[in-house]
Amino acid sequence: MTERFILKVEDLTVSFDGFKAVDHLSFYVEPNECRVIIGPNGAGKTTVLDLICGRTKATEGSVQFKNKELLAMREDQIVHAGVGRKFQTPSVYEDLTVFENLELSYPKGHGVFGALAFKRDAAVRARIADIAETIFLDDQLDEKAAFLSHGQKQWLEIGMLLIQDPELLMLDEPVAGMSVAERKKTAELLNRIIQDRSVIVIEHDMGFVADIATRVTVLHQGKTLSEGTMERVQNDPKVVEVYLGH
Amino acid sequence: MQSSAFMTRKELIGFLILAALIFIVFPVALDNFRLNLFGKYLTYAFVAVGLALCWGAGGILSLGQGVFFGLGGYCMAMFLKLEASTPENTAIQSTPGIPDFMDWNQLKELPWWWEPFYSLPIALAAVVAVPVIFAFIIGVAMFTRRVGGVYFAIITQAFAAIMTILIIGQQGYTGGVNGITDLRTLMGWDIRTDEAKTILYFVNGALLFVVLLVAQYVRKSKLGRLLIAMRDQEDRVRFSGYNVANFKIFIFCLGAAFAGIGGAMFTLQVGFMSPTLVGIVPSIEMVIFCAVGGRLSILGAVYGALLVNWAKTSLSESFPELWLLGLGALFIAVVMFFPNGLAGVWSEKIEPRLLALFNQKKPSRPTPDGAPAE
Repeated sequence: MTERFILKVEDLTVSFDGFKAVDHLSFYVEPNECRVIIGPNGAGKTTVLDLICGRTKATEGSVQFKNKELLAMREDQIVHAGVGRKFQTPSVYEDLTVFENLELSYPKGHGVFGALAFKRDAAVRARIADIAETIFLDDQLDEKAAFLSHGQKQWLEIGMLLIQDPELLMLDEPVAGMSVAERKKTAELLNRIIQDRSVIVIEHDMGFVADIATRVTVLHQGKTLSEGTMERVQNDPKVVEVYLGH
Repeated sequence: MQSSAFMTRKELIGFLILAALIFIVFPVALDNFRLNLFGKYLTYAFVAVGLALCWGAGGILSLGQGVFFGLGGYCMAMFLKLEASTPENTAIQSTPGIPDFMDWNQLKELPWWWEPFYSLPIALAAVVAVPVIFAFIIGVAMFTRRVGGVYFAIITQAFAAIMTILIIGQQGYTGGVNGITDLRTLMGWDIRTDEAKTILYFVNGALLFVVLLVAQYVRKSKLGRLLIAMRDQEDRVRFSGYNVANFKIFIFCLGAAFAGIGGAMFTLQVGFMSPTLVGIVPSIEMVIFCAVGGRLSILGAVYGALLVNWAKTSLSESFPELWLLGLGALFIAVVMFFPNGLAGVWSEKIEPRLLALFNQKKPSRPTPDGAPAE
């Protein structure tokens, strides 16, 4: 029997000293769906991603990924289950080259002794070359990540996730801080990589959202305000009120 | 081109120069007394190399490496002490056959945990195993709870203090503040003669190179790059599917193993082990050796240990009160002006000039990484 949803978030709550950043939130993601989460600042968008990937511990609720409870797992176990996460500010290893950045994300040799014995074989090189081309960095493989532009760092981090080939990809504002040209290229890149996997994206750029979203969830004060297609959400009076009321 | 080679040509030259210094220049240029002193300095280099991996690469600053140096040293000293405490040698004691300090402290028999140290293989294994087990326990307790940075440094420093107090307090079992002294022979071989000291110097040098090669392997492996990645972006490593704590525990244990070997070689060459080598001050000094040498470079760490100790001996011979001030000033100067230590000065200032000179004399196409073309 195939499960209808790849990710089931139910009753998810986290409270920081009594403040409920995420408040009994439930939503479901289907395979191959691209879900965009939008909402005003402080709505709890990033916190939701933090809870799913294990960076923040939930107070109550459940997050099931392919019927496995993620809340009971360690961060690295969640990654191995098939969940990849991109952070809001580009998190790349500045002292290492682009090649090495991608290599460390290659899904092999994750234990201490595995890492000691890890060999840079032809398969690894080929896969890295492949990904580097996808993220427009094939000419910068030997460059230190510190010397990349902001947009290129974002691409590199996306590439680091791609090489893991996660079934669920979570992206936190992937086009924030990019130039118009970079933004266009990124949209094209994302459109390509969200095929064949489920994606959760946090984004503010409405044009971009309309372009990629299967469905949109609007968060407000840690709760779902509205959910559905972009069109439906845009015409929801509650959403209009929250956005215009601010 | 991306190379994952074990050693680049430049690094190989660096290793060879150090080998020439340790195995040829020092033995030829120095008298027996000085050579033994340099052997002693080199035992600290074991610790500094471990720190270059832990702190330099991995960003884990331990201010308690003296503990591991001491544990290794004590394990060796316990074996040597037992060998020196034959019933004939200790006939004047009220309980002959046990170490002298136990007798002075009214112990009537050897404590059970001293017994295994009658065996050389067990003692040698303990030189590495005891520091590693200790480091493993600290590592598991700290790193799985995500204690890091300054907090980790302070806690390791506290361990150094605790260890000193424990050793001094348990005089009957440990020799107390005097340490374990009057060590004589290793399997019947007198380690106090000039000849023995020279041989031990070479054994020490060889072991240091084994440690350096292991360190080089780790640095060049994916684990080495992971350490750097963890230092810069710990969360990114974690969310790339690595259990960060395990890697920190591993490198901390490796550093402890190196320190333990260094401690054992110290005991053999200097002929005693005491709590003054375990506590806070020596632990911080070891960090300074590593910082002066350049915390990113394993060879730099060896030079740092040699240079600072040589300066210490020379300066404290003439101005004993000034040495600690000088050491403090040195540390501040390195941190402020040469954050990458001697290795940084070499690779940023001296080496480019040498290469420029070299390339002028013999015009050759330079490779992109600045190394001379083959």
